Amino acid sequence: MRAVIAEDSVLLRVGVVKVLEAAGFDVCAEVGDAAGLLAAVDEHRPDIAVTDVRMPPGFSDEGVRAALLIRSQHPETAVLLLSQYVEERYAADLLSAYTAGVGYLLKQRVADVEEFAEAARRVAAGGTALDPQVVAQLLVRRHSDPLDRLTPRERVVLELMASGRSNTGIAAELVVSDGAVSKHINNIFAKLDLPRADADHRRVLAVLRFLGVAEQ
Amino acid sequence: MAVVVAVAAAPLLSWTQRQRFRLLFGVHIAVPDGLAERPGLRGMVPWLLSAAGRRQLRYHFLAGPLIVLGGTLTLACWVVGAAAATVYLWIWVTPTHWRIDSPGYATKAAYVTVAGVALLYGTGWFAKALARVDTAAARTLLGPSREEQLARRVTDLADSRASVIDAADAERRRIERDLHDGAQQRLVALAVNLGLAKATLGDLSDEARAVIDDAHREAKEAITELGNLVRGLHPAVLEDRGLDAALSGIAARLPVPVRVAVDLPHRPPPTIEAVAYFVVSEALTNVVKHARATRAEVTVEQVGGTLLAVVTDDGVGGAELSTELGAGHGAGHGAEAGAASRGTGMAGLAKRVASVDGTLSCHSPVGGPTVITVELPCVP
Repeated sequence: MRAVIAEDSVLLRVGVVKVLEAAGFDVCAEVGDAAGLLAAVDEHRPDIAVTDVRMPPGFSDEGVRAALLIRSQHPETAVLLLSQYVEERYAADLLSAYTAGVGYLLKQRVADVEEFAEAARRVAAGGTALDPQVVAQLLVRRHSDPLDRLTPRERVVLELMASGRSNTGIAAELVVSDGAVSKHINNIFAKLDLPRADADHRRVLAVLRFLGVAEQ
Repeated sequence: MAVVVAVAAAPLLSWTQRQRFRLLFGVHIAVPDGLAERPGLRGMVPWLLSAAGRRQLRYHFLAGPLIVLGGTLTLACWVVGAAAATVYLWIWVTPTHWRIDSPGYATKAAYVTVAGVALLYGTGWFAKALARVDTAAARTLLGPSREEQLARRVTDLADSRASVIDAADAERRRIERDLHDGAQQRLVALAVNLGLAKATLGDLSDEARAVIDDAHREAKEAITELGNLVRGLHPAVLEDRGLDAALSGIAARLPVPVRVAVDLPHRPPPTIEAVAYFVVSEALTNVVKHARATRAEVTVEQVGGTLLAVVTDDGVGGAELSTELGAGHGAGHGAEAGAASRGTGMAGLAKRVASVDGTLSCHSPVGGPTVITVELPCVP
């Protein structure tokens, strides 16, 4: 899998490149700003573009805007946003337009090398990876009343689901069987009146729609 | 006719008088607010209708002539005084046969001399007093009135306070940016490298692995701590996306469920936004620290020219907003509030709110619930 990276801090960029290479990615370009990122994506057509949110020249949300452009111009390229602080608004910008092949993680998650590699692979393959903090923020702000019906365990499962994990991933995280996870998920869907869907990202889509990110 | 001409010349007269005071006494008399220094013909009517314009007319018609009269009198006194004081000189100048006609002139002349000297001395005093009265009259009648001066002073003070607050806010933003783009990035890079070391160096001894593990964890904790510190200063997301995004960010990190509803038709000025963010985030921190609440709610809305922020919790109550804000004896929040939180918590918030002419009120009966209401001026 091929990747391009946009990050203005050289130290961190080198780190991210190393982590991605260790995870089996072929890093074909590393750039320092949003314009460079767009050019690199045009040139290399990578499987995934990993970008910082705050970059020169404006240091506000250049990365988010670049990510939206990339997803619309090159649908085959997935984008993974990295940010010093995680704000659900940036994620909402992205997720309200695209629910597959997008990710949004705190920069410090890169430090947990295996988890980050896993998330990057998932996003590159067309999945979703949301930082637990984003999910928590979404859960806090939106439609909190129907969520009161969930048990604490179901809430945890919903959060993991929303962050893009598969049943197996959730089972491993919570140290329970796959069957138990499916049971929880079915309960959640029942309590939230959500239709069933087979593909993983359709499930996330449903969750996100419920959370209010992808309202239609 | 003469009156009309005089009235028409009044602004010019005022200007002349101001110049006179500046040149003669070094007294600067400001032009009253809202008046042109030398209005043209079209400006005459508003000039005459304004209180300050009429005050100037009063100076020219009343004080002016009186002072000219006073001045003439002074001049006369100087002349008479000078003549009287030098009477002996006059005696020698006058022809002899005139002197002889009035016997006892030497004694009389002595009296006259004394009177002349006294008059000269007294005229000096009189002239000084007259100048003082003139200056005072010009100051009150030609310059801005006491109310105008106070109003001007209040405006100046409000301006300078606003710029101090803005400067502090800008400074907070600068520090946030420096930490964010500097120290925080370096720490993240460090944590990433330690993570890489952990993942890729397979042939490590258990000891070395434990050391790297510790360092990795420490680095991640430092990032989190620094992140919280930066947020407390001035979160970047507040600048980018406004109050709603910034407040829901805090709410998500609190251990208590918090509901945030922000309904603003447009972004408030940055300073107001920063104060609102700071106050709500501190109030929420207090809820977690002291209130023993199970949930909290934040609403922010605009009512006319006021930004209204309300923080409610279902905790134990008993929070107090001390009346002696200046003395810094604010009580903490909740029955558990210890000595440490006294003097900082609520009083600090109230001060921050007062710095932009806002108000903070706290309704918190013992047993709860607590409602903190913040009103900030926010001109649409």
